[in-house]
Amino acid sequence: MKTSLTWLNEYLNNAINLDEQAVADLAERIERTSVEIDSSATLAGKQDGLVVAEVVQVTSHPDSDHMVIAKLNIGENDLTQVVTGAPNIEVGQLVILAKVGAHIINHESGELMAIQAANLRGETSQGMVVALQEIGFDSKIAPKAFEVGIHIFNKNDGVHPGDDALEVLGMNEPVLDTDLTPNRADMLSMAGNAYEFGAILNQSVTTPSFELVEYDTPADKQISIKIDDAKLAPKYALRVVNNVTVTDSPLWLQKYLWNAGIRPINNVVDVTNYMMLTYGQPLHAFDLDKINDSKINVRLARDGEQLTTLDKQTRDLRSGEDIVIASGDEVLMLAGVMGGQSFEIDEQTTNIAIEAAVFNPSLVRATARRHNIHSEASARFERGVNWDATFETLDHAASLIDQLTGGQIAYGQVKAADEAHQDIVLSLTVIRVNEILGTSLGLQDLIAIFDRLAFNYQVADDKLIITVPARRPDITIEADLIEEVARLFGYDNLPVTLPYGPTTPGKLTVRQRQIRASRHIMETLGLNQAISYALTTPEKAQQFVENTDDKVVTLDYPMSSDRTTLRQNLLAGLLEDVVYNVNHFVHDIALYEQGRIFVANGDNELPTETEHIAGVLTGNRATSDWQEHKTARAVDFYDIKGVTESYLSQIGVENIRYVATERHDNMHPGQTADIYTGEHYLGFVGQIHPKITKPQKLAPIFAFELNLFAIMANITDHTQYSKISRFPQMSRDAALLVDETITHAEIEAVIRQSAGDKLVNITLFDVYEGNKLPEGKKSLAYTLVYQDNDETLVESAVNDDFKRVTETLVSRLNVEIR
Amino acid sequence: MSLSQELTELKTSAVARINSAAADVEALRVKLLGKKGELTALLKGMKDVAPEERKAVGAIGNDVRQTITSLLAAKKAAQDAEKLNEQLAAETIDVTLPGSTPTIGQPHVLQQIIDEIEQHFLGLGFKIIDDTVDSPEVETDEYNFERENLPKDHPARDMQDTFYITPEILLRTQTSPVQSRALEKHDFSKGPLKMIAPGKVYRRDTDDATHSHQFHQVEGMVVGENITMADLKGTLLSIMQELFGEKHQIRMRPSYFPFTEPSVEVDVSWNEVTPDMSPEDIEWIEVLGAGMTHPNVLRMDGIDPDKYSAFAFGLGPDRFAMLKYGVDDIRQFYLNDVRFLSQFERKGN
Repeated sequence: MKTSLTWLNEYLNNAINLDEQAVADLAERIERTSVEIDSSATLAGKQDGLVVAEVVQVTSHPDSDHMVIAKLNIGENDLTQVVTGAPNIEVGQLVILAKVGAHIINHESGELMAIQAANLRGETSQGMVVALQEIGFDSKIAPKAFEVGIHIFNKNDGVHPGDDALEVLGMNEPVLDTDLTPNRADMLSMAGNAYEFGAILNQSVTTPSFELVEYDTPADKQISIKIDDAKLAPKYALRVVNNVTVTDSPLWLQKYLWNAGIRPINNVVDVTNYMMLTYGQPLHAFDLDKINDSKINVRLARDGEQLTTLDKQTRDLRSGEDIVIASGDEVLMLAGVMGGQSFEIDEQTTNIAIEAAVFNPSLVRATARRHNIHSEASARFERGVNWDATFETLDHAASLIDQLTGGQIAYGQVKAADEAHQDIVLSLTVIRVNEILGTSLGLQDLIAIFDRLAFNYQVADDKLIITVPARRPDITIEADLIEEVARLFGYDNLPVTLPYGPTTPGKLTVRQRQIRASRHIMETLGLNQAISYALTTPEKAQQFVENTDDKVVTLDYPMSSDRTTLRQNLLAGLLEDVVYNVNHFVHDIALYEQGRIFVANGDNELPTETEHIAGVLTGNRATSDWQEHKTARAVDFYDIKGVTESYLSQIGVENIRYVATERHDNMHPGQTADIYTGEHYLGFVGQIHPKITKPQKLAPIFAFELNLFAIMANITDHTQYSKISRFPQMSRDAALLVDETITHAEIEAVIRQSAGDKLVNITLFDVYEGNKLPEGKKSLAYTLVYQDNDETLVESAVNDDFKRVTETLVSRLNVEIR
Repeated sequence: MSLSQELTELKTSAVARINSAAADVEALRVKLLGKKGELTALLKGMKDVAPEERKAVGAIGNDVRQTITSLLAAKKAAQDAEKLNEQLAAETIDVTLPGSTPTIGQPHVLQQIIDEIEQHFLGLGFKIIDDTVDSPEVETDEYNFERENLPKDHPARDMQDTFYITPEILLRTQTSPVQSRALEKHDFSKGPLKMIAPGKVYRRDTDDATHSHQFHQVEGMVVGENITMADLKGTLLSIMQELFGEKHQIRMRPSYFPFTEPSVEVDVSWNEVTPDMSPEDIEWIEVLGAGMTHPNVLRMDGIDPDKYSAFAFGLGPDRFAMLKYGVDDIRQFYLNDVRFLSQFERKGN
């Protein structure tokens, strides 16, 4: 809320020092004690050289038909001549002159500019007559009457030629714009701010006062009220003022409004806004003569009802949900949110009804949201208004309207609901405060704080029994009072300690260690960690999923069609990352991601979340520019398989099997393997199907995706020291010519089965498939290493073992030994 | 010529020949000292020397052998050294050429921040809750909002625009619901609950430089007897000094969250703070929200707020990474541009 400190000083016993440094210090204290300050400024800003000028003479410009020459009295001996294009300038007016040498804010650029003497078609102009919009007023705040043309003071405003215009317009008042948290309803009023700032500054507060003079005509003869349901409006009253003259408000009232960021409209509406700012209680004024049968009905909207609100928008009301003020079948306003255009106060209005009420906060909030009208009124009703001030505000408003419009206040409030505010009484002990805050405050400290807050309390032993004032609806429990103590004591003054008590071990669970180890292994293997979006399209959510029968998790109301569905695989996201990089000229990519995938369950059940780990390789395996012959090589299937092999070995999953598979639609059918440990499926590794990469002109991409839960369920650690043999090894090489269809896995299995117990290692050292071999054949070459732990091997025994292996290979797999 | 004269002459000529030898001295050694060599040949004449002279002549013979042997050794050492120098010269390379580096992947920068936070809190005896069951990314409205003291029509729900899946199921907007799940399981006979919960959260936001529909949070909570707001202040000061440096300070300002009371916003000093500094010279940046857990929240989790007190805080790794490294666009974290990711090496962390 834009809070003028000049205005606030009306309620504080010792005026706040308004010099720049003092205001800055105050802003800092408010930030540390109550709420954030969005800005601390004056409407004037750095402008100067603006004076009130009386128009003494207006003559036409000899050389222009849209400019005139005006002679102005600015309280000096000589008149000042200006040339102006203002359409509304007339002799006798009091206007604002920016003198030569003045600085004003350019309303387009926001920059300060200096006024210079000018020669306009042969006539000198000693300055510029200005509109409020030209001296820093937002066009939403400047009064509408002068929307086109210069600002003209009212004769009754008490301003004189030569007065400092910034001063008389109230533009030098320091204004703090507080950024309120949703709980601080009280700080949406000057009265509430007076209590808050008073507490900070340890000053007492004087509340506004007024005199009410009622006429004999009873108000309840002129209007009646019916409330359908007490829950809609626990408080509701009207006052009637007859024979009003609606006109512009005086300058003193306008100043309050524009410093608070509200546009002056007319003397009736301005008073309701002024009172709302003062007490935080929104009011509304109706033109009584526009209400057909003089009967007001507070009720919920009915089917098919519409209302054109003050912002000229016609709105379909939500039947049974929006609270409306109606007269018969005619809706006058959205209660607590915005008035209807047809019942607006205008210059013809002579009799008015002023409404003061408390509307149901939840319903007002829902209506404001539904119709997207966040008005000054709805902001206050949503947070909760001060019930104790509702009808006082009404009377104060009536009194002011009476003064300003020359009307007569009809006798009595027409009251339809007046539910009493339930006082909240809370007790607070010194011990409890210190237990929660870690402070060592005494009873006197607490008393001092609640005195500053001007709360009523009684002292009983070591505790305070506090009656929470109605202006503070945010305080309902003990913890709320402790917060008041904490912030007024000052968070800067809190001690700094760490929790003490029984020791708790800070350690990771086994699974947490395994997931962290998985990431570290991937990084050691040269892959950068990626974090992609979990929300994607329905297609991508299941792009690399074998079982597309698994239901996806879909947003009810997504922001964009790209982010509608939670992923069931990580590869689709990594693939997007690859595309992004390639589009940005990065071609050699090694990425992995560890994260969750989501499978939907029943309608009101949480989905099943599973941790996965996936990786991609594309482009060249490594780059060393000047040694290209040595290192640059396009990645292939065996590079990505090497990653999964190293990873699974390091993380501790044994008995890994790679089984060729064609079952993944988006993977290359000839270059993909399912990975198992024993019979447990872990995931797959292979080339992304060229049908995906080719159309996007991507190089082949190799990828894997593994279920981390399946991996962690199968981690074993059988590590035991095995003695290192001190006896020499012997090796035998075998080059085998075999049918293309026979796999390395099959050959290795046969070798292991037939090798005998001295075989310690098998290494595949060559694979050749080429036109030097017979059609349909390939050549594989192995080294078999033999060793004994207890004695030196006998050559003939190794020869026998090796012979048995080759014979078995010939008989079982029909290999040819080369 | 007597044998001694012949031996002396051999010595003289051998010294000259060794000194001038250009090629390998091994051949020369064989020629001089070998079984069929010149010295051996001369010493065969010892049998003709008079017995009384043999001792003296023998001594001369030994001297000749020793001299030749040591000279040959010295010459060989000199030649080896020269050969080695030639070889080393030939092998000299440009050591300023780039090395062939094995590729090492980097943890994502957000992961690095989370790792740093985790390390710190493990040291303070906290446990980390980040598994799919106790910290689900898809949550119920009950745990995400209602148990956090945000009933259905609460105004503060506006602050967190939500991706709903059904009216009761949603993508969590905060990691706070992990607290309730942890409290339900905690056995206070084993000491206070000290936990952090790192993880992804989601908000219904349009992605731009400062907003992301997906980001990270690390919720922290301590529940026990005698847990105070001063403890919260000390805990937050320690983690902020861990992340931003020992000389940085924090300040707490009042704020409002439905799930804490009192609630504070916490600022960290952007510059290092020294004792002689005046308050106006400290530049504060808002980094996190925290507070004493609201009694309603504790009660809903089955904890007696008169017996136990608690504090909670929420850290934003995305924001920390942006501040710490000057990243000006939050979307960078989720695009996985290799040129971005590879900028953040671990640097000893």
